[in-house]
Amino acid sequence: MSTELYIVQQLINAVALGSLYALVAIGLSMVFGILRMTNFAHGDMMMVGAFATLVFGAIGIPFWIAALGGVAAGAAAGVIVERVAYRPVRGAPDVTLLLTSLAVTYILENFGILVFTSSPKNFPLPDWMNTALQFHGGQITFTQINVVTVVLTIVALAFLGWFVTRTDAGLGMRAAAEDLGAAQLVGLDVNRLIVVAFAIASAFAGLAGVLWAAQAGIVEPHMGFTPLLKAFVAAIIGGFGSIAGALLGGFVLGGLEVLIVAFLPSAVSPYRDAIVFALLIAFLLFRPNGLLNRTQEVKL
Amino acid sequence: MVRPDTAPNVTGRTSGGEPLLAIAGLEVNYGAIAAVKGIDVEVREGEVVALLGANGAGKSTTLRTISGLTRPRGGTVSFASERIDRLSPSRIVRLGIAHCPEGRRVFGSLSVAENLRLGATARSDRESIAADRARVCDLFPVLRERMGQTAGTLSGGEQQMLALARAMMARPRLLLLDEPSLGIAPLIVQSIFRTLAELKEMGIAILLVEQNMSLALDLADRAYVLTTGSVSMSGPAAELKADYEAVAAAYLGTRR
Repeated sequence: MSTELYIVQQLINAVALGSLYALVAIGLSMVFGILRMTNFAHGDMMMVGAFATLVFGAIGIPFWIAALGGVAAGAAAGVIVERVAYRPVRGAPDVTLLLTSLAVTYILENFGILVFTSSPKNFPLPDWMNTALQFHGGQITFTQINVVTVVLTIVALAFLGWFVTRTDAGLGMRAAAEDLGAAQLVGLDVNRLIVVAFAIASAFAGLAGVLWAAQAGIVEPHMGFTPLLKAFVAAIIGGFGSIAGALLGGFVLGGLEVLIVAFLPSAVSPYRDAIVFALLIAFLLFRPNGLLNRTQEVKL
Repeated sequence: MVRPDTAPNVTGRTSGGEPLLAIAGLEVNYGAIAAVKGIDVEVREGEVVALLGANGAGKSTTLRTISGLTRPRGGTVSFASERIDRLSPSRIVRLGIAHCPEGRRVFGSLSVAENLRLGATARSDRESIAADRARVCDLFPVLRERMGQTAGTLSGGEQQMLALARAMMARPRLLLLDEPSLGIAPLIVQSIFRTLAELKEMGIAILLVEQNMSLALDLADRAYVLTTGSVSMSGPAAELKADYEAVAAAYLGTRR
């Protein structure tokens, strides 16, 4: 295989993986932007989205509608968690918020185990999505699901871009992310904005969950854990709390992981995650505000 | 709450009847610390009232409690004869109270135009919002030139003007102003206080927290002096100004 084609192939892989990281990281950053809270249960919205799709598919609903239902279920779960678990502890010390979100993670994952057991379930994918697209006589190969992932991510991002820059709620959200107190003083209904933020963030996680399960072919209750950690790294690389930063960080991380596996000696590949987390530590030490370097407001 | 679409009338100033804002026996705690210990404060329609006192006397806490950011431990806050001390900040803005907070708190990453649009969050009448935007730009012409700039790029004085303009976009009956002169060049402070005098002429009631005592007493009709959470003096601004020494002493060592 020629080097150019190999690079093209790996670029496609990187974009597909980066899309998933970006989808999850954006939600993490949106919620952090407003509440200054790291929502560790965010990854479990992926699990909710994927399992809901599985259930909808099992009762005979066509895949696309089932997947849409999965995204909606992810959004609904996020909104419910905010209302039931996070709102009562809003304003509490950081460690309380942290423990609350960890508790929610345990509850959701154990609920998943209770209902679906911890053994992985096959994810029902239409056959055509698993078929490989081949170019240049099989030198570039990728499955349809990669294309679907990238296309749906672009659609989701376009929606988000429109929402944040063109709607009153989006403007309110940017204001609340910058200064929650001042946002309340101009009359923004902060509770409503937070619900909207959780709905969008969790819908994105639900979508990422469906796509992740589609790529892996399986669903299991702990499936959100690894992507959440990766999204966390991506969000920090880009600049935690910034939507654009999360997007950038997602693609940088996806690219980096593919780079490590595809271009470094194969002996290095098993250490991919170790390298990624070493990078995280480096960023926290030397560039804690991330690539986009959004300066933190100092409040007196 | 129906307010006329034109500028508030100038004759709204009344001396009798119900005050516009009535604070009675207000107590506010921060954790175990009592920040405000049972104060009574009134602001009448169209009146400018100054809240004076040293740092930590409870002035900002009082304003934050009026606008709903902080919940009182005891006492009541009434606006236009309605209890507001259990309402959310967004409801309180809709009743006609705008709070221009200490440190300006403009949205630095958003444009001047977006800041002004956010100031009108509580309103839905697009045409009169546009008219009010023109009006606040007449009050602060520099904002018109800066409309597309992000607020973070403005000077401190310009940011204070934007914070005031943003509060005005809510078309308040009562404006809560926290330290409008803090950290701003003296010339700009003068210009801001001239604008405040114009707002007073328009009949907007103002509750003003200000460290600069003589500036505050020049503008205000009446004043209260807070000392460690309690009202230690109150009266017409002219009288307090005449008794400058006593007021300064009430500042507890931070006499200026």
